[in-house]
Amino acid sequence: MSEILSMGNYGAYVWSSFGLTMIVLVICIVQGRSRHKSVLKDVVIRIKAMESK
Amino acid sequence: MSEKALNMPSLSSGFLSVVRRDVLLAWKRPGDVLNPLFFFAMVSTLFPLAVGPSSEQLAFSGPGVVWVAALLAALLSLNSLFMSDFEDGSLDQLILSPQPLPMTALAKALAHWLITGLPLVLVSPLVAITFQMPAQTISVMMVTLTFGTVSLSLLGSIGAALTVGLHRGTALLSLLILPLAMPILIFGARTVSLAAADDAVSAGVYFLAAYCMLTLTLAPFATAAALRISNE
Amino acid sequence: MWTFFHKLASPPHFYDLAAKFIPWFAVIGAACVAYGTIAGLFFAPADYQQGDAFRIIYVHVPSAYLSMMAYMVMAISAAIGLIWRIKLSHAVAAAAAPLGAWFTFLALMTGSIWGRPMWGTWWEWGDPRLTSELLMLFLYFGYMALRAAIDDTAKADKASAVLALVGAVNIPIIHFSVEWWSSLHQGATLVREGGPAIQTGMLYPLLAMIFGFTFIFGALILGRVRTEVLFRERRSKWVRKLVLPEGDQA
Repeated sequence: MSEILSMGNYGAYVWSSFGLTMIVLVICIVQGRSRHKSVLKDVVIRIKAMESK
Repeated sequence: MSEKALNMPSLSSGFLSVVRRDVLLAWKRPGDVLNPLFFFAMVSTLFPLAVGPSSEQLAFSGPGVVWVAALLAALLSLNSLFMSDFEDGSLDQLILSPQPLPMTALAKALAHWLITGLPLVLVSPLVAITFQMPAQTISVMMVTLTFGTVSLSLLGSIGAALTVGLHRGTALLSLLILPLAMPILIFGARTVSLAAADDAVSAGVYFLAAYCMLTLTLAPFATAAALRISNE
Repeated sequence: MWTFFHKLASPPHFYDLAAKFIPWFAVIGAACVAYGTIAGLFFAPADYQQGDAFRIIYVHVPSAYLSMMAYMVMAISAAIGLIWRIKLSHAVAAAAAPLGAWFTFLALMTGSIWGRPMWGTWWEWGDPRLTSELLMLFLYFGYMALRAAIDDTAKADKASAVLALVGAVNIPIIHFSVEWWSSLHQGATLVREGGPAIQTGMLYPLLAMIFGFTFIFGALILGRVRTEVLFRERRSKWVRKLVLPEGDQA
């Protein structure tokens, strides 16, 4: 286990690289989905506002 | 019907009249020429003021500082390239005229270089001397600055065309042009440093010349496309 | 066949079709990345020169590859939009930019982290590949800034398309920089004469990661194009039908 974590003394570099990559991928996914939801919400509000006139 | 009867200008006279117009306009407003020059001179002095006057440091950083100052001066002057034409409607006329728009774009860029780039190249030896740059580097510096400022005027015309009429256009223009201008800066400054160290400069000069040719041949088309888009 | 492409350019068809593909791309991508990560971290043999540090290759190379691929997607779809006036193509270009910027950032960061133990420095200003990759990040920023500065969507599409195409000259520069100039960065490992210069135990996880990242990028970009399309077509009938189903009385 400690061998895996230390990665031959390069542990900090290897794990931070992989960690950063995973974080960025998650950010991209989450950001995309939340933007889609908010655009959807805005569109519904806008259509309802236009039709209630 | 002869060309005279149609009163259509030839390609070269159309080109030259655009160049003449811009140069004359700048002549009437000396600020257009002098402001970038003063900016160039002042920015160049900022570095020794901030970093300290040790002469070896100055000679070492001289090429880089001169080049950065030249780049900044060029960027600052680019915003007005199409601005006044846009505001008074002559841009519409330029786009609609029978002259091919890329030729007009090339003419505008050339005029811009005559107004800002060429004076800068001519003044650069003075700045170089304050930086204690050895004499043999000054000719190399002027050659690289010439290729560089021509390329900058051409690249800048693309950016100016894309941002004409936009709010806060200058900052955006700089953001757009800087990535493409970086190779010019890198090779320009490095080549002058090499000259100061008595190393071979031909590689850098060739690169700058090639970049200049690339922008000379391709930028006018991009500028013309951008002008049509921005002016809709 | 042409009908398929024609339909694809129609926003409502694209919206539905993309929704079907996204889960598949996501699953395939995740599976490949999972295999690549586990095999690369734990099963690939350590490099005789770099030891375990070389494992960063499994995130660095896919990121760098994708940073360039995203730019090509952006430039090509911008060109298609400009030449054939297909609005959906412009939406693809707009969607590709932020993703490309993220991958470029990742490539630069993982490369820097890798460079610290290997080259002894976090950054090397003289290096052509590092510089041109950084330049590409700035090109992405400029593209997104220009889009944001122009209010009219059609004008923003066209202006940013010109910018994307002008900046496209950077791509071959990044790729060939290690050959044309002397660089700390190593040369091509995969795409070269004589085949990949890397043993299979190390190669397969790398290929899996590249593959997986590409599929994840595919899922991400399809999702973002859907959002773009939804926003751009917000006034159209098909969107109204979509968000307010018939039974719903506003």
